[in-house]
Amino acid sequence: MCLAIPALVTEKLPDDMARVSLEGVSKIISLALVDDVAVGDYVILHVGYALTRLDAAEAERTLALLDEAIAAHDGVPV
Amino acid sequence: MTACRYDSGGGRMKYVTEYRDAARAQALAATIRAEAAPGGAYAFMEFCGGHTHAISRYGIEDLLPPDIRMIHGPGCPVCVLPVGRIDAAIALARNPRVTLCTYADLMRVPASRGNSLQKAKAAGADIRMVYSTLDALRIAAAEPAREVVFFAIGFETTTPPTAIAVQRAARDGLANFSVFCNHVLTPVAMRAILATDAADSVHLDGFVGPAHVSTVIGTEPYRAVAAEFRKPVVVAGFEPLDVMQAVLLLVRQVNEGRCEVENQYIRAVTEAGNLRAQAAVAEVFDLRDRFEWRGLGWVPHSALRLRSEFSRFDAEIRFALETPSASDNPACECAAILRGKKRPAECRLFGTACTPETPMGSCMVSSEGACAATWSYGRFRQPARLAS
Ligand code: SF4
Repeated sequence: MCLAIPALVTEKLPDDMARVSLEGVSKIISLALVDDVAVGDYVILHVGYALTRLDAAEAERTLALLDEAIAAHDGVPV
Repeated sequence: MTACRYDSGGGRMKYVTEYRDAARAQALAATIRAEAAPGGAYAFMEFCGGHTHAISRYGIEDLLPPDIRMIHGPGCPVCVLPVGRIDAAIALARNPRVTLCTYADLMRVPASRGNSLQKAKAAGADIRMVYSTLDALRIAAAEPAREVVFFAIGFETTTPPTAIAVQRAARDGLANFSVFCNHVLTPVAMRAILATDAADSVHLDGFVGPAHVSTVIGTEPYRAVAAEFRKPVVVAGFEPLDVMQAVLLLVRQVNEGRCEVENQYIRAVTEAGNLRAQAAVAEVFDLRDRFEWRGLGWVPHSALRLRSEFSRFDAEIRFALETPSASDNPACECAAILRGKKRPAECRLFGTACTPETPMGSCMVSSEGACAATWSYGRFRQPARLAS
């Protein structure tokens, strides 16, 4: 029920709505819960509403932290 | 929601596929094995059904060392809704003037006397599945002669969309729209689990904290829980690498004797959360004195109701709804499972009388329910393959 998926905002529409693309499938959703979303942003889509914007830099940082944790133990026999 | 599963069907999906990478998962598993103290036993509760689903689906328990035990928590809104509230929704839907709008997940939840919303619909009640609260508003606007009631359930993730619907109904003067509110609060439920008497509780070393609930409330609200009960909380995304990274962070906290709130899901969650969503929720809802949860019983200040300014949109008031306590099937172990005391396979009915086709309890209905997740993936031990 709390599952939600990343969606790409492709067009802003009147009344706080937007068109998004989910892997090429187009859908109309509400932006009533988020500030400052622009075309080209990814949002977390839940029951027809964008809940938050995904932060590209933080997404990269997560993967970098992961690889750092992995590298620290590289070659350590387990 | 059913239309909104995060299965990308094998294609590449930005912000998803990279967190399902098999090579990284194996390497991360090796790191966790290296850091987990030999002989130390770690018990972590994943609060959310979304995490339960990911753990079962990707076979994460098989990647973790045997000393790390994942315990399923109560974070499945369909699972914690008590039977009495479903009974009340069915009674409401039988009112010939009422159109009941519901998320699809609720249709098959067992109610009293073998009933369900699906059966009530088959028997003629006007029950419609909606994807969004906006669909319910559209139905109300298009059919002014109907009393359109939205059956609102869910944690903090799903509450803001209900708040927006109530604000819009007020703005547009929609006189035939109301909400049967069953929204519940995550941090209060965490406390309820930790505060349970020793005999009835499960030993926990920390929580994998909610993903999308936290996009709304932020990480701040867990701080008091972590400090008061001395349990680390790591908020994590719903992809397999997210969950494993959170487990690594929890192992480190336990090893170092820390009880902090950490945020693994930084791409979507901030400390303060979504202030716009919080403001909408605060305007529309206030706290109930208490609310009944399946598994946790009556928990003070654990749920929301519409504020008095919006009482004309409150279906409980408009229809003088009664929601008596009703009991579950006595053989169903959902209550113990939701508290982390038992595992699905310990239920006598699991996989025999109770399957997703013939659910005896709600934990077998929702794909985030512990029983359904165990049945779908755990039972055959053939988890979905990670992307490579
Ligand atoms: S297997 Fe079915 S009956 Fe048993 S606890 Fe799970 S939902 Fe309840």
